[in-house]
Amino acid sequence: MAKKVGVLALQGAFIEHIRVLGELGAEAFPVRLPGELDGLDGLVIPGGESTTMSRLMLDYHLTDRLRGLARDGLPIMGTCAGMILLAKRVMDMDVEPLGIMDIDVRRNAFGRQVDSFEIDIEMPAFGETPFHAVFIRAPVIERVGDGVEVLARLPDGTAVAARGGDMICSSFHPELTCDPRFHAYFLGAI
Amino acid sequence: MDKGTWTVKTGLAQMLKGGVIMDVVNPEQARIAEEAGACAVMALERVPADIRASGGVARMADPSIIVAIMGTVSIPVMAKCRIGHFVEAQVLQALGVDFIDESEVLTPADESHHVWKYDFNVPFVCGCRDLGEALRRIGEGAAMIRTKGEAGTGNIVEAVRHMRAVTDGIRRIQGMPQDELMAEAKAIGAPFELVLEVHNTGRLPVVNFAAGGIATPADAALMMQLGADGVFVGSGVFKSQDPEERARAIVRATTHYQDPDILAEVSKGLGEAMRGLEIGTIPKESLLSPRGW
Repeated sequence: MAKKVGVLALQGAFIEHIRVLGELGAEAFPVRLPGELDGLDGLVIPGGESTTMSRLMLDYHLTDRLRGLARDGLPIMGTCAGMILLAKRVMDMDVEPLGIMDIDVRRNAFGRQVDSFEIDIEMPAFGETPFHAVFIRAPVIERVGDGVEVLARLPDGTAVAARGGDMICSSFHPELTCDPRFHAYFLGAI
Repeated sequence: MDKGTWTVKTGLAQMLKGGVIMDVVNPEQARIAEEAGACAVMALERVPADIRASGGVARMADPSIIVAIMGTVSIPVMAKCRIGHFVEAQVLQALGVDFIDESEVLTPADESHHVWKYDFNVPFVCGCRDLGEALRRIGEGAAMIRTKGEAGTGNIVEAVRHMRAVTDGIRRIQGMPQDELMAEAKAIGAPFELVLEVHNTGRLPVVNFAAGGIATPADAALMMQLGADGVFVGSGVFKSQDPEERARAIVRATTHYQDPDILAEVSKGLGEAMRGLEIGTIPKESLLSPRGW
């Protein structure tokens, strides 16, 4: 049976995730309200503006519900803003993240939009072929806790993707490239 | 490591989708916008309603205002340059703004030519009234499009007209046999390759927001239901009675645009919207949307 994957659709690039997941055979759909979180096999928190998303999550009572689901073991993947929201601690952010993955994250770590970039990076978990990664006003991982494995680093050693139990995150946007390995890896884990 | 690529330019526009971009004229307004959940702000010296009222030549904002706003919020900061004024664009890029709006709200610097946007690492958004205009701007390197509407009026009618014109243009091209595409490209004055792309994909190659006249949560949801990827709100927030509440309500309406119960809830008790202008009462030479081509 197709896996049911919700994609948080409060703001940002959620349609792109739904498309990739659909192509991989999952039943993917947008989630905007708590009632739509029932019966999911996994959840994706997309890229977008983390401050916008966190405020809308609070207003519509998604924050505590998501924390509860994470405690109960719901696998969650977060890209860019999604990674910020998963983190335990976020530097320079006045809104509380979900705090459900044991990582510390710095927002806009490379600077402003003119410093956004794309690059091929090694991702041993996906095999030998490098992964083409698109970084847009991207955050980075500054600390990983026990049991969290770094999945990818930039050439200078900066951690930009990680997995901790059922949580997977990246600084970059696998939903913006044609390479489905990141989403396939997530679907394989749930 | 490649910077300023088409993918990172159009990618930022994709990250803004489903969001509200608000005009702000100082750091206090920028903070209100961010706290309300805006996905970006547009740093200006005057909102369009005031530009309209004061007349004279409207130019790029004072860099010190833009820098102060960039220092206040962590969301992307956009700024406007005049149509064709590539040096204002160079200045904005040097300041480090995240997006440049080559905007008809400012007085055009060139009546024949827009900025050649491929010369820049920073992405551009441009206005359009129909599909041909959208594809011309994309042909010059715009990484994002917005329908023009009629800025500073608080009147949604032109935004609706322009969004319907774009959607209608896409539908026409999508349904056309291939041997008619060249004649269509000629008729609408659009680059053939982009006409072909629209024919094959059934959509614009970049994100398209609605702008110009959005004053209420229902206006924002209307534009979303008509197919906008997100909305710009100019004078509609800070020319209203209660900017904080209205800003929050418009953000919520843009996310939950398909949910009439939530739209009803967020529309309650917002105080007075900006007064607004009937388009027919504006002298033809004072209309902003015909600027550019």
